[in-house]
Amino acid sequence: MSVEIQAQGAAPGVHVHTHDTRRSYLIGLGYAVVLTLASFWASSTDVIYPPGVPILLGVLAIAQMGIHLVFFLHISSAPDQTNNILALAFGIFIVGLLVFGSMIIMANLNHNMMPMDKLIQMQR
Amino acid sequence: MSAAEQAIASADAVPLSLRGPAPTRVVAGYGFWLFLLSDIIIFAALFAAYAVLSGESAGGATAADLFDKKHVLIETACLLASSVTCGFGSLAVLSGDRNSTYFWMSITFILGAAFLSLEVSEFSHMLSIGAGPSRSAFLSAFFTLVGTHGLHVTVGLCWLIVMLLQVATLGFQPMVSRRFFCFGLFWHALDIVWIGVFTIVYLGAHL
Amino acid sequence: MFGRLSWAAIPFDQPVVMIASGTVGFVIFCVLALVTVKGWWPYLWREWITSVDHKRIGVMYIGLALLMLVRGFSDAMLMRSQLALAAGHAQGYLPPEHYDQIFSAHGTIMIFFVAMPFVIGLMNFVLPLQLGVRDVAFPVLNSIGFWLSAAGVLLVNVSLVVGEFARTGWLAYPPLSEVAYSPGVGVDYYLWSLQISGLGTLLSGINLTTTILKLRAPGMGYRQMPIFCWTALASNLLIVAAFPILTATFAMLLLDRYCGFHFFTNDLGGNPMMYVNLIWCWGHPEVYILILPAFGVFSEVVATFSGKPLFGRRSMVMATMGICVLSFMVWLHHFFTMGAGADVNAIFGILSMVIAIPTGVKIFNWLFTMYGGRIRFTVPIYWALGFMVTFAIGGMTGVLHAIPPADFVLHNSLFLIAHFHNVIIGGVVFGVMAGITYWFPKAFGFTLNERLGKAVFWCWFFGFYLAFMPLYVLGLMGATRRMQHYSNMHWQPLMLVALGGAVLILLGIALTGVQLAVSIRQRERNRDATGDPWNGRTLEWSTPSPPPAWNFSHLPPVGRADAFWAMKQQRGTAQDRDVKQTYETIHIPRNNPTGFFLAFFAVLLGFSLIWRIWWGAGLGLLGAIVVCLMQAWRTDGEIEVPAEKVAAYDRLHGPQEGVA
Repeated sequence: MSVEIQAQGAAPGVHVHTHDTRRSYLIGLGYAVVLTLASFWASSTDVIYPPGVPILLGVLAIAQMGIHLVFFLHISSAPDQTNNILALAFGIFIVGLLVFGSMIIMANLNHNMMPMDKLIQMQR
Repeated sequence: MSAAEQAIASADAVPLSLRGPAPTRVVAGYGFWLFLLSDIIIFAALFAAYAVLSGESAGGATAADLFDKKHVLIETACLLASSVTCGFGSLAVLSGDRNSTYFWMSITFILGAAFLSLEVSEFSHMLSIGAGPSRSAFLSAFFTLVGTHGLHVTVGLCWLIVMLLQVATLGFQPMVSRRFFCFGLFWHALDIVWIGVFTIVYLGAHL
Repeated sequence: MFGRLSWAAIPFDQPVVMIASGTVGFVIFCVLALVTVKGWWPYLWREWITSVDHKRIGVMYIGLALLMLVRGFSDAMLMRSQLALAAGHAQGYLPPEHYDQIFSAHGTIMIFFVAMPFVIGLMNFVLPLQLGVRDVAFPVLNSIGFWLSAAGVLLVNVSLVVGEFARTGWLAYPPLSEVAYSPGVGVDYYLWSLQISGLGTLLSGINLTTTILKLRAPGMGYRQMPIFCWTALASNLLIVAAFPILTATFAMLLLDRYCGFHFFTNDLGGNPMMYVNLIWCWGHPEVYILILPAFGVFSEVVATFSGKPLFGRRSMVMATMGICVLSFMVWLHHFFTMGAGADVNAIFGILSMVIAIPTGVKIFNWLFTMYGGRIRFTVPIYWALGFMVTFAIGGMTGVLHAIPPADFVLHNSLFLIAHFHNVIIGGVVFGVMAGITYWFPKAFGFTLNERLGKAVFWCWFFGFYLAFMPLYVLGLMGATRRMQHYSNMHWQPLMLVALGGAVLILLGIALTGVQLAVSIRQRERNRDATGDPWNGRTLEWSTPSPPPAWNFSHLPPVGRADAFWAMKQQRGTAQDRDVKQTYETIHIPRNNPTGFFLAFFAVLLGFSLIWRIWWGAGLGLLGAIVVCLMQAWRTDGEIEVPAEKVAAYDRLHGPQEGVA
């Protein structure tokens, strides 16, 4: 593929050189396998401080999503990828608000609306 | 920096935003990217529902009771592998290599179908022991979240068949190439969603 | 065989419904008969129904919205007259089961099938012209989006005659909307028609976002883009981000209703508040989706008719994108009173007040644009001035609601009703009316009658104040929303005044129809020969009225913002008519029936699912898939317009920059 500078930026998922791309998939696969196995291990081992396990799982998941984005979808910080990154960032922002906002709000509601007898039960 | 990046970054280059309408391939790719983001927001709403309702098992089976990590590991392996084979298939499409396309995309299909059959077997097992979606809010959220992902995989597989038929009948004309490109984006995005699913639903259950 | 459908579904015992549907049915029959007798079907099929031209689709969206405005407003008249009568011992003429359907239909129709199509139609028509390109990014998808909205419209209206509508308000909160408490088909009609039209809206959002970001004339960067395009970008980004939440939430409610799931039920762990939370995650961005394009219209109108560039362009853009982001961070203010603690309420209360700031920036920018300008008092400026006063009041009552302790008193009272009608009518409706008047000559080649336009404005303006200011007072006196009857006789005089206001608005709507008829009759007198009837500033005014299918014979070279104004300054004595233009073949998309047929099968699918006619649903789904497959194999998607034809068109209609 020739090096075209395309108006308005490159489409997401486009990568220029075939050989680089093949390697990119294999490297991505390697990282992804390591991260997946690490996640499975982390959730069943006793070695890690238990309250820290959810955070570790979260970090590993986000890292693996990043691996997929970079090595499979070829998202990068190149100037022709700006639109794609902005859209992704906006999407991540919305997802974060929706998931964490809902969790915080629903927890707040559940706590404040808890029937008195359940509240007493919780104190015991 | 690649030659393209250097050319874009040089001081006297016309900024990308001023070069007029983008080529069709870029337009189609970006539009599909936006569609994928909207799809991920649907999943986010389902994840939010799962997060809120995952403790509500109403006296029935809980996540810890039901989920088998080995099963999920195999499913994950299938989907991850299919992502890579899909990538190789995309390269074959770009170079117009028919046989390579059929080969790699068929393997992608088989791996995807394997994933689905594993998921269906898990679902039917749960239904058989009375842990179906109408048993509790937790189960409703589980079946909907994981089921929606499975539905997307199913639609993806059907789409893949249609795309292979398009290659067979229409060859690698730009329209077909663009659509394969969008399929690739879709398939990779499904794997990204699956990372969220197996982490939050399956691994999260055992905490 | 036919699921739950039987002859009992038609409410033969309800005279109001039978007369209304009978009349509508008769009118539809007459229209169809007229079209058939006059032989207009081939023209309609070719030029409108299967058109993928953004200009045609934009006009159809607005036509659909105007039609549904009549339907939604008749619901409003029913409600106002019922409330004017039902004081003390009187019960009015609408029993509660009926009244509940009316206010639910009123809200659903006005938001989803009037306001949304209005703004989407305007954006559809204007964006490619302002961006200096030939069409939107995905023309066939554009047609599909429109026809799916029309499918939703059809389903909602069918519910009047066959079955019933939801009695749950326009957002259908569970547990009332669950099967246990709404076992009929009403909520299903609501859910399926909105899922179908919601899909259409999402497709439109993707389409227009891609158009703005990837398809602009050469030289038109983000700094040169008109402000209407910026507000359209913000609005469409919100559509892409928010509508999936609506789809997912409705899907969960559908699963509860159809498959016995327990997302939002009272039992087995369900949490109805989760629905309220999710639906408002969509609902708040939705109202910004509606208002942002209206803000854009006002930016264009105020700049054009003040003869000045828009004041504070950069702050306008930043305010717009700020509103876009902030609109996702305030949704809890719709359920302050439903159980959250003071800490969470305070955060969202403060954020809700913060979002008023960028809006204030915009209002000041419009005011400063007008200051020092030579204002021409045309109909669009009337709407703009009316908007500024009315929306400011509505915005202020909104900030009042944003204070949680105040909201505990005012939530779900008529004060709330007055507030949101204040901002939606004062903002969205006034903006759409300004936009329609402003761009009508571009679409049809002649301007609308000016005097009647002003009469319409005054009817809406005074009618709005008469109809809704009493509601603020009533809300403070304790009157709640969605009530079919009240015992406090002191409220009745105010209800009567509100009815008077509604009648005045009705007159305004009727005059709109008259204005259209009169303008068509006077079209030769009001012909727009130059393409630039208002001495406009942006690129759409550089095309003939109406523009050809390909919009621009040559994509205009853009140097700065207000590109057409710059062209006109440089043109001076139109010497560049002598410049030899080379013409090339232009490719435009071919007509495509996919949208129409997909909508047909969507209606079949939706109706069958509502009535549990499973074979019908299967048929609908299968038909939709077949239509998609046929489109997938279509290879002749474009028509070539030969260079000579383009050149001949240009010679006939004068140079693109317009003749002085």
